[in-house]
Amino acid sequence: MTALIVIIFIKVLVVILAVLTGCAYSTWLERKLMARFQHRIGPNVAGPYGLLQPIADAIKLAFKEDIVPNNAERLTYALAPIVSFVPALLTYAVVPFGPTVSIMGHQVDMVISDMNVGVLFIFAVTSLGVYGIVLAGWSSGSKYSLLGGIRSSAQMISYEVAYGLSIMGVIVLAGTLSLKELVDQQANFFDWFIFRQPVGFALYVICAIAETNRAPFDLPEAESELVAGYHTEYSSLRFAMFFIGEYANMIAVSAVAATLFLGGWHGPLLPPIVWFLIKIFFFMSFYIWLRATLPRLRYDQLMNLGWKVLFPLALLNVMATAFIVRMLD
Amino acid sequence: MELAIFYISAIVAAGGALMMILQRNPVASVLYLILSLVALAVLFVQLSALFVGSLLIIVYAGAILVLFLFVIMLLNLRGEKFTSEKPILDKGTKITLVVLFFMELVILIKQMAFPQRMDSLMTQASPDFGGVEPVATLLYTKYLYPFELTSILLLVAIVGAVIMAKRDKNEEEGER
Repeated sequence: MTALIVIIFIKVLVVILAVLTGCAYSTWLERKLMARFQHRIGPNVAGPYGLLQPIADAIKLAFKEDIVPNNAERLTYALAPIVSFVPALLTYAVVPFGPTVSIMGHQVDMVISDMNVGVLFIFAVTSLGVYGIVLAGWSSGSKYSLLGGIRSSAQMISYEVAYGLSIMGVIVLAGTLSLKELVDQQANFFDWFIFRQPVGFALYVICAIAETNRAPFDLPEAESELVAGYHTEYSSLRFAMFFIGEYANMIAVSAVAATLFLGGWHGPLLPPIVWFLIKIFFFMSFYIWLRATLPRLRYDQLMNLGWKVLFPLALLNVMATAFIVRMLD
Repeated sequence: MELAIFYISAIVAAGGALMMILQRNPVASVLYLILSLVALAVLFVQLSALFVGSLLIIVYAGAILVLFLFVIMLLNLRGEKFTSEKPILDKGTKITLVVLFFMELVILIKQMAFPQRMDSLMTQASPDFGGVEPVATLLYTKYLYPFELTSILLLVAIVGAVIMAKRDKNEEEGER
């Protein structure tokens, strides 16, 4: 029993540290790649290839003054960054990052908790993420923040529907909600769900970008009209928490995409955990590539795309998948 | 350990619900309601009904209450102001109603057969209790008609909302 608790504790600690390091170096990767896309060099002063830049940024943010606007609702204002940060971390509780291994006579699953409704847990946690942004926008007492918060809540509610339905096709095919079993079913390369659910995969990727408020769907923080959207008034460590939360969310949806569609940790030669990280890296680079390439959508275009294209397509995909599965039975 | 979690979440759920109706600030009310719902979800999870718990969070906390917050923010309601208008009911009627309602509650609770202990409730529940399959089977067999009727009700509400939104637009255009 004690050994079990110790193992879980170690797993949680390792995952949290890995995610935080991942967030820090995602910012480095983003700045480096964006610079290359725009024919610049990017950060190159702090350490070799600018590798110490995230640490310098963190120290800088930590030493900035923490400003609370006079108009702010103090309690909610303090709560909002935490609410946006915690759900982002919770997602990792159900994502498997390797096969079962035995360490010192204990069978250890390389997943913190293998829930039988893991996919739904991810939905539940993602759907809570919107509160951080909404509360930040509302409690700041600034019109830019408020507009950013309202936009974001409308956007996230709209895209959550298609986001959920895009995964439903995979669940219908697999007949399970446990992420561990989903990964087990994708042991062979040609069993990866991306081949059996190409439409679902495309829909998932698009909706995931909208859910994490990334370009070209980054309307909540459109700097040309809203300054910085919901986190305009935030500074210092509270701003850092929003920042880490955003990147943790990006890595989370990438990890879920890799798990659901790209066979999780399965892959030849290299150790499973390395394959898992490679797949996440692929998605993160894709995110950054999109940001450097696509212009931001207009608000009405965003709503039209969500409700008139993605939602019907996702519904059709689920119905077609269910129909075919029933026919083959 | 399990008992401690039960009591903590039960107190948080009840306390959150109480704070919700005691708040004057509508945003704070919504926040307390979310807190109460999350605590309720923990209770479901403790009964190994992970599915029901997840649904509670997804549907209520994740969708419906976001809409509540959205509307409150759009109308920018910042705490109810006391108005000098005459209240609808006078004090005596209010107190009588509260006492009557409370008595009704007590009678109802007395009539219900509650299990004496939390763990007996947990052993009574089948291992599949509140899972995906039992819930789905019930929905599509025993409760098929209520389920379908609910969906029609929701459809009617959506159509109604669309018609109301459209009418406003037409009138605006007519005024121009």
